[in-house]
Amino acid sequence: MKIGVLALQGAFREHCLALARLGAEPVEVRKPAQLEGCRALIIPGGESTTIGKLMDQYNLFEPVRRMGEQGVPIFGTCAGMIMLAREIEGSDQPRLGLMSIGVSRNAFGRQVESFESDLDVPVLGSEPVRGVFIRAPQVVSVGPGVEVLAVYHDKVVLVRQGHLLAAAFHPELTADNRLHAYFLAGSRL
Amino acid sequence: MTEKGTWTVKKGLAEMLKGGVIMDVTTPEQAKIAEEAGACAVMALERVPADIRAAGGIARMADLTVITRIMEAVTIPVMAKVRIGHFVEAQVLEYLGVDYIDESEVLTPADEQHHINKHLFKVPFVCGARNLGEALRRIGEGAAMIRTKGEPGTGNVVEAVRHMRMVSGELRRLTILPKEELMSAAKEMGAPYDLVVQVAETGRLPVVNFAAGGIATPADAALMMQLGCDGIFVGSGVFKSQSPAARARAIVAATTHFNDPQVLAEVSRELGEAMPGMDISTIAPHERMQERGW
Repeated sequence: MKIGVLALQGAFREHCLALARLGAEPVEVRKPAQLEGCRALIIPGGESTTIGKLMDQYNLFEPVRRMGEQGVPIFGTCAGMIMLAREIEGSDQPRLGLMSIGVSRNAFGRQVESFESDLDVPVLGSEPVRGVFIRAPQVVSVGPGVEVLAVYHDKVVLVRQGHLLAAAFHPELTADNRLHAYFLAGSRL
Repeated sequence: MTEKGTWTVKKGLAEMLKGGVIMDVTTPEQAKIAEEAGACAVMALERVPADIRAAGGIARMADLTVITRIMEAVTIPVMAKVRIGHFVEAQVLEYLGVDYIDESEVLTPADEQHHINKHLFKVPFVCGARNLGEALRRIGEGAAMIRTKGEPGTGNVVEAVRHMRMVSGELRRLTILPKEELMSAAKEMGAPYDLVVQVAETGRLPVVNFAAGGIATPADAALMMQLGCDGIFVGSGVFKSQSPAARARAIVAATTHFNDPQVLAEVSRELGEAMPGMDISTIAPHERMQERGW
């Protein structure tokens, strides 16, 4: 199964490796034509301002937005979550706006405040997930149809809205493939 | 349990910068131009390397007011440089909250034998390297990111190419050595044995490796990416050129589309003059910044 990974900037390589470990076929996407045949798409962590500018410059906003509207599963991590959000606190930077969530960038502070912590994610079973948060965003508001899948100290950090999934942390930086597997299981529906 | 400043978190920020361009800036206005052009981070400095080279004298950590104003001006990560071995400059920058520290040969070294023990810090460090031994020594000291040294402030990519090819060649050689030869290889290159064993198995550095030192054009950036670098530092190359904003945008696009000659041709047009370049042979060996560090 071909899964696109937006490869404009950021940790796309780690997402490709995680997908390959699960038997999927990752495809690096830098231009619209590379989206063809992708059954799902991952938007990786990186700098959301950089990714947004390159998406705009190489005409990726419209085709990706259309995919999302047509029900193609999309998973965003960190900067990817920001790209999926409808509202970005204090910013007018370009975004897909596919998910009914509001996010706050760098919500936990600068790099010296970056951290890792165990998270309870009931949909992935009782074993906690090691959440790696790097200058991470948080979800500050959720609209109708958005399911909260994990919180860290009352801050929402993992959400699902039907076929769309967004994490404030980086599952691709750990050896735990469960969240990718959960996303892929959703993509087969 | 929540843990800050772990190896995963330090190395992780560098992973997020991959495929991106980190630009040297000296004012909040330049930082905004860099962010607007798509830089994934900025390096806050008082002077770009070309001016440090021209000014001579002792180059130190930048004025903290300049760094703070740059931190306030942009939302992308802000890096800053400290002198090799100057761990107090690093303590000050960590307190200030910069996102990454570059223990850099561009500044005048404060210690001619020892680098900073970077494991002691929560803030991550990037260090320059000309060869694999140097890269592994820096990682052994706690660097969470490596870059080529190149020859800063010259607009001449030749040294960055030399350093990248050297590291890649040495990595390839290690992967074919029988295990019993790795100790002697570690001894020869002056690198920690356990890291030598690790990279001999994987064939790659355990941290992100960027190109730096002499990158002046979009094609230079794509060249370094095709040679296997994970991303690009541009020092003097942007703000010493005729049209910084256009050149910055072009280098960002070239770093993403490094394998796409069509995009490279499009973005390389009408950029105005690049920074003036220098032949490395015109710089006396004792004045070459790459010779700093041990």
